[in-house]
Amino acid sequence: MQYSILIYGVEGEFERLTEEEQSEIMAGHGRLQDRLKEKGAYAGAKLMPTSSAVSLKPAAQTQNKPLVVDGPFAETKERLLGLYIIDCETLEEAISLSEEISSPIVTIEIRPIDWPGGLLNPDA
Amino acid sequence: MPENKWLTSRFSQIRPKAIGALNRYFRDIDLAEEAFSISCTRALSHWQKNGLPDDPLAWLLTVGRNAGRDIIRKNARLESLDEKQEELAAQQISENEELIGFRDDVLRLMFICCHPDLSPQDQSALALKIVAGLSISEIASAFLVKPKTMEQRIRRAKKTISEANIPFEIPSMIERNTRLKSVMLMLYLLFNEGWSASSGEAPVKATVCNEAIRLTRTLLELFPSITELMGLLALFLYQHSRREARADIKGDLLPLEEQDRSLWDLGMIKEAHALMEKSVRHMTPGPYQIQAAIAGVHARSKSDEKTDWHEIEKLYSALYALEPSPVVKLNHAAAIAKTKGPVAALETLSPLCEELKAYKWFHAMRASLYLEIEDFAAAKVAYEKVLSLNPLAAEKRFIEEKLEFCKKNL
Repeated sequence: MQYSILIYGVEGEFERLTEEEQSEIMAGHGRLQDRLKEKGAYAGAKLMPTSSAVSLKPAAQTQNKPLVVDGPFAETKERLLGLYIIDCETLEEAISLSEEISSPIVTIEIRPIDWPGGLLNPDA
Repeated sequence: MPENKWLTSRFSQIRPKAIGALNRYFRDIDLAEEAFSISCTRALSHWQKNGLPDDPLAWLLTVGRNAGRDIIRKNARLESLDEKQEELAAQQISENEELIGFRDDVLRLMFICCHPDLSPQDQSALALKIVAGLSISEIASAFLVKPKTMEQRIRRAKKTISEANIPFEIPSMIERNTRLKSVMLMLYLLFNEGWSASSGEAPVKATVCNEAIRLTRTLLELFPSITELMGLLALFLYQHSRREARADIKGDLLPLEEQDRSLWDLGMIKEAHALMEKSVRHMTPGPYQIQAAIAGVHARSKSDEKTDWHEIEKLYSALYALEPSPVVKLNHAAAIAKTKGPVAALETLSPLCEELKAYKWFHAMRASLYLEIEDFAAAKVAYEKVLSLNPLAAEKRFIEEKLEFCKKNL
């Protein structure tokens, strides 16, 4: 089964931590990535703040193009900050992997993947 | 306030909205700050015991409101004010809270810091204190003054703004735009305050730049489709992306053409690009967007030689049409020197001779352009003009060298 590990939190909170606390969190990501590399292929992404996002909302008339609106999809307190796409045998394993990056500033959602695809260039 | 590394960071993120709302509620910034500080202290012990509430901001506001009311009640007894009336007024405002949202609260709070009677530096200091929540000693070290001095300055500035009487009703669209404009200028000056660091001050000054970026992000989150705000944030990010490259080992500032571009922060540049792509879609250019676009051209250039000076020249010409200032004209001329050569640049500058005769950079630029076309006599006259306009010690040494060179070639 493929799973997504979705990382939710308050934007800007990580940047407000001291260098020491930040590296504590980054070390967790390092451990997770090491374990994932050992297992094989995975994908990961840290997202930019939602102020850089646009959202597409369907137009009232279905034949028209959707409306492009500045900002995130919804005004919520917690935002999707980043995600991993991983491949593992069981939910238990996905949970154990996610524990590496758990910290007081994030909530993590593990959601199975219905259809994976594409391959990104990490240096783009 | 006792320390907890994770929660302290959360409190700083919440602060602009919380202080903005509490200030509307109490109409008193000192009280809003005190109430927020009390609610954070209570949150520390409560949240650590019971876990984070579903809506931390709402939690802090409720506790802050009660704490503030307690303070008013205590003072009211001392000053024999009508406590009931106070409370009634407070309740009425709170019912409107959901309706108004935090947008205008945060904007109002920042706008209050832009009081026209305050110097740009005092506006910046106040915004760092009230909105960003920096301590007096942090602000003092960023402005290179003693904490005691900064404390007095902030106290005086607070007195000035307390007499300002900015209405608490929901602003009209025109009023909102006026406020946004002032606040953007204040943020621009705040960032420049941090950016204009000379050697050795860099670490503290970076805090100021970071805070300016954070406050601008907060504002953009609340006003997501204001294109000039996107431009302003992009401009800051482009600038700040060069922070590691802008000085040499000795701490002397390096011009763009001498910077090691591999030290530029790609993450910030990418975010700035994303913001510019968004803003361009609206086709409502403005001075901040154009300045950001200029910085963006540099950010995209792999090396100084590969810089697209034609694009930069066009952008400066557009900027001058919107903001006809001598500094913009000088930069435009510098771009023209790259695209059309020094003679064309000198022609651009010549109509400004009268207007800019007391501006040393004007003469310095003309001097270097004359040097390029080997008109040593004219270069010498222009350099002497710079010397007469009180250059800094380092500039003076540089110009004297150039003068010697001119004299030798005469």
